Amino acid sequence: MRPAAAAAECLGERMATKQPVTDWATDFDVLDPNYVADPFSIWDDLRIGCPVAHTDRRGSTWLPTRYADVTAIAHDIEHFSSLEVAVIPFDGEPPEDPVLPYGLPPISADPPLHTWTRRLLLPWFSHRKVGEYEAMTRALCARLVDGFASTGKADAAAGYAQQIPVRVIAAILGVPDTLADTFTGWVRDVLEFADDPERRRSGVENLINYFIAELAQRRQHPGDDLISALLQTEVDGVPVEESVVLGTAALVLIAGVDTTWSAIGSALWHLATHPDDRRRLVDEPEVMDFAVEELLRAYSPVTMARVVAKDVEYAGCPMKAGDRILMAFPAANRDPAVFENADQVVIDRAVNRHVAFGSGIHRCAGSNLARMELRVALEEWLKRIPEFRLAEGAEVAWAGGQVRGPRILPVVFP
Amino acid sequence: MKVTVDPDRCQGHSRCYSLVPEVFDTDDFGTSTVKGDGTVPAELEDRVRLAVANCPEGAISLSEE
Repeated sequence: MRPAAAAAECLGERMATKQPVTDWATDFDVLDPNYVADPFSIWDDLRIGCPVAHTDRRGSTWLPTRYADVTAIAHDIEHFSSLEVAVIPFDGEPPEDPVLPYGLPPISADPPLHTWTRRLLLPWFSHRKVGEYEAMTRALCARLVDGFASTGKADAAAGYAQQIPVRVIAAILGVPDTLADTFTGWVRDVLEFADDPERRRSGVENLINYFIAELAQRRQHPGDDLISALLQTEVDGVPVEESVVLGTAALVLIAGVDTTWSAIGSALWHLATHPDDRRRLVDEPEVMDFAVEELLRAYSPVTMARVVAKDVEYAGCPMKAGDRILMAFPAANRDPAVFENADQVVIDRAVNRHVAFGSGIHRCAGSNLARMELRVALEEWLKRIPEFRLAEGAEVAWAGGQVRGPRILPVVFP
Repeated sequence: MKVTVDPDRCQGHSRCYSLVPEVFDTDDFGTSTVKGDGTVPAELEDRVRLAVANCPEGAISLSEE
């Protein structure tokens, strides 16, 4: 075949994957604009009609939407591996990368690699440690709100939510927060443009090349940051391999930015559109801890993936080795079998076993940090802007796929 | 009332520690433990029941003495 014809056919295939979805049970697409805009009604229908949906777009992929199924699969690490966790597979990329032979541990690892690499990371996100980051986070949020509080309007996503987690993570990694916008751009390239393989690849390369240079620099001049500490860590008397440190550093940035910013943005969208809940939080700050959990449940940002390790029949579905499973934690959290009034935000919901941070051995290692950032971001905003709503005719833009949250969120306030 | 946390089931969600820090503790790796011998003061029983109901891993058990 001549190259031009091959390219045309390739393009044809790419176009084909963008056909609108008409049957969500057998041909779903998480990048379909309808799914990005309102996945909730799709999940509700699937849970009743076809609780483990399937698609052949981008390879054979399954989508469980019930809480019981999502958590059962998360716990079955024998059949469901984390070696591939991207919701959209990397296009034509070989999974073996000589620079990152271990991927991004521990998120993209199974035991035993998962176990010890996770233990390296967890102490940096313990309650005690996260407590140390709170004052810095609070000062950052206050400074951001003070920047626009007197102007009567803001983009609560791009101008606020997006600005917070990247700077907190930068401090933990010991990288300059003057590069915050650059880091944000790379992370978005990796997570939000799965349909654009070139852009995705360049995001990964930029991130990895940056951290390769940082690691070399940190070997010469260690600081009191996570990267320096990992470089000096020994496990069973052997220094941690540089490629593990590299993968883990990249993971912390990728996993700690888009996710939390999406949670903060979705929470502000909710409060901008639900004045009763907003007033309640202003009048009764003690409700905040429950509200944080409820907003995480109702607007869980993150869907992960697993890859089937060996053929298995699950819930009547013949899953083949290599198939992908989308871990729709956000759908599980809307399951009426587990949550009363699952489709509504009950701002002071007391019983809330949500799995916004996953379930089982891959529970989000940064969950304490994410919770603190969400709570502090809302507190500092409400302290200064207790009344706000969507701007007239505002066009809110949502990102979806691996991470769902608002990217443009114009609000106005007195 | 006595409370225990199964360290093999606990995955460090920290919901119990956040809800009842008087009764639960959490180590550097996120695993929850109970303080002392796990005896729950009467005034904290309701909150400990809430912690049980909020554990996503079902790792917390209660026993009446």
